[in-house]
Amino acid sequence: MTTVALKPATMAQALTRALRDAMTADPTVHVMGEDVGTLGGVFRVTDGLAKEFGEDRVTDTPLAEAGILGTAVGMAMYGLRPVVEMQFDAFAYPAFEQLISHVARMRNRTRGAMPLPITIRVPYGGGIGGVEHHSDSSEAYYMATPGLHVVTPATVADAYGLLRAAIASDDPVVFLEPKRLYWSKDTWNPEEPQSVEPIGRAVVRRAGRSATLITYGPSVPVCLEAAEAATSEGWDLEVVDLRSLVPFDDETVAASVRRTGRALVVHESGSYGGPGGEIAARVTERCFHHLEAPVLRVAGFDIPYPPPMLERHHLPGVDRILDAVGRLQWEAEN
Amino acid sequence: MTVMEQRGAYRPTPPPAWQPRTDPAPLLPDALPYRVLGTDAAADADPALLRRLYAELVRGRRYNTQATALTKQGRLAVYPSSTGQEACEVAAALVLEERDWLFPSYRDTLAAVARGLDPVQALTLLRGDWHTGYDPHEHRVAPLCTPLATQLPHAVGLAHAARLKGDDVVALALVGDGGTSEGDFHEALNFAAVWQAPVVFLVQNNGFAISVPLAKQTAAPSLAHKAVGYGMPGRLVDGNDAAAVHQVLAEAVAHARAGGGPTLVEAVTYRIDAHTNADDATRYRGDAEVETWRAHDPITLLEHELTERGLLDEDGIRAARDAAETMAADLRERMNQDPVLDPMDLFAHVYAEPTPQLREQEALLRAELAAEQEGAHR
Ligand SMILES: Cc1ncc(C[n+]2csc(CCOP(=O)(O)OP(=O)(O)O)c2C)c(N)n1
Repeated sequence: MTTVALKPATMAQALTRALRDAMTADPTVHVMGEDVGTLGGVFRVTDGLAKEFGEDRVTDTPLAEAGILGTAVGMAMYGLRPVVEMQFDAFAYPAFEQLISHVARMRNRTRGAMPLPITIRVPYGGGIGGVEHHSDSSEAYYMATPGLHVVTPATVADAYGLLRAAIASDDPVVFLEPKRLYWSKDTWNPEEPQSVEPIGRAVVRRAGRSATLITYGPSVPVCLEAAEAATSEGWDLEVVDLRSLVPFDDETVAASVRRTGRALVVHESGSYGGPGGEIAARVTERCFHHLEAPVLRVAGFDIPYPPPMLERHHLPGVDRILDAVGRLQWEAEN
Repeated sequence: MTVMEQRGAYRPTPPPAWQPRTDPAPLLPDALPYRVLGTDAAADADPALLRRLYAELVRGRRYNTQATALTKQGRLAVYPSSTGQEACEVAAALVLEERDWLFPSYRDTLAAVARGLDPVQALTLLRGDWHTGYDPHEHRVAPLCTPLATQLPHAVGLAHAARLKGDDVVALALVGDGGTSEGDFHEALNFAAVWQAPVVFLVQNNGFAISVPLAKQTAAPSLAHKAVGYGMPGRLVDGNDAAAVHQVLAEAVAHARAGGGPTLVEAVTYRIDAHTNADDATRYRGDAEVETWRAHDPITLLEHELTERGLLDEDGIRAARDAAETMAADLRERMNQDPVLDPMDLFAHVYAEPTPQLREQEALLRAELAAEQEGAHR
């Protein structure tokens, strides 16, 4: 036997592997959506699965998001575990009727008799130069709907671990895939046994003492970069990757903010009515006496997602984060 | 006893209230796509119209190849080419009166240009400097629509509103074969038929929705057959025959204008290029299929007809090509200039009156830009 070198893998590859492993482990797992079969998905996340598992389990559906999610509801009612792909963030909207009126509340409506184990994969967010309707950050809509889990990985290993957990979950999970991280690489060895990551736990990606950056998905690497850049100014920033927006890991977040005394929430969806408001309120409720500054937010502007040539002005970047860190009324401390 | 067995036993009368609303027979499309070029019908076609269609087809093809080249040079973020489908695009534009409205999808840049839009403005969405590069009211072309089929109810509403106002305006809406599976397609057709709205739906059936072939999209005999279920006529036409598409659409538009209500037209055509420059078509179709369609090219078909009948000679062909080259050179040159953008535009058109929150964000960006200009480094 030859030894396997530790090869870098992309997030897209890890997601494919998670789907393959889930389908192998559980014959009730079905993948469906637009172009997921022969083409392997427009981001190639389902590449090769139709060949391996056949068209009955990896299905190119007609082009109708409400139909895709609505039929998934019926399939789940009959004991299958559908994993549906919404091709792009803004194209999931036709399915919202099914999502909000049925998927999210079927367990509740039926007093627990009819849970729906559906995973809804949604590529989301900007930064890839996509034309209109290809860059929305729709997490606030999902978060506002009780009954849904909302999960978003930022690393290759988490992409695998969280997708496995989402598929195994007995509740519907909206699995948000940060498009611009699909091709990000990590030394993640696909040949090794992988761990499944329980849904609902945040993780400290970088330990620090000066302030906590609370973030998730596509903004995690930006915050890590900002934290590195901040060291030259003597700031030692902690970065918390939420990984799961619903359920929310109050403990990890509050513990971090109590240590640092300052918090900044970073995400690319708009700030008004956005996830940051909820997060800031929770942090304030739990850490009021430890806070040395109000919890701040750095977010996308409250505008429809702009055209690609202007998106760099909209997306929270390192400078905007560092400015906000400055506004946390930093007092020199060494 | 099963229901079928029962039927043999006695003949139930229909329920008292039941009566057919419409005789379905006149609504049904012909079995084969309607053609003009190379048939007897061609003799009735207006030579001036054919020549005009020809010039626009040649220009349209050149527009497609030029825009595709611009993606390779990084000048366009993406281009969904309509090469092979130019007959549909051009006929859709030419069949409308000035007061009528066109509702294009993201692939229909060419229809917008054939309707008179500036070729550069029509590409703004795909270049990425703004979502819509033109004022829709100027040429009565709705914004190029990316979410599939969502423009169809808009077309119905506009046509309905025009009729309520007493204007004899017709709306023509374009959609792909894949788009016909969306709920919005069904709702639009139903509203149009119930309201008898003056709207024409043109489905460009180019065989694929990205990678998914028509067979996986619908089990209907044809997409035109879908019309009968809503109570409107369905017409099937050869989408590569510009004269046929124009004629069928002209009849549908006249029918709508005269108060006859909507028509669903299915044009059978083919997408010669990949879905967009970002798509790898070899994953889902073979060269042989593409080649059969190349042999049924819309420009060749019309060129053949015109030259056969002595309506076009070498000089005429050259003149059409020269005009197309001139357009392409102008397009190339203007697209190779960097657009001048004002980032403050991000806030300009979110509301008629910006919210206080937007004003704050505007101030933040203005400060950032000023700092950038001063070359201030952190
Ligand atoms: C609501 C919605 N879902 C998915 C998409 C992604 N998408 C863009 S084009 C396309 C295929 C469209 O096929 P068709 O309607 O046949 O038009 P064509 O591209 O062939 O012109 C898909 C799935 C979209 N734009 N909108």
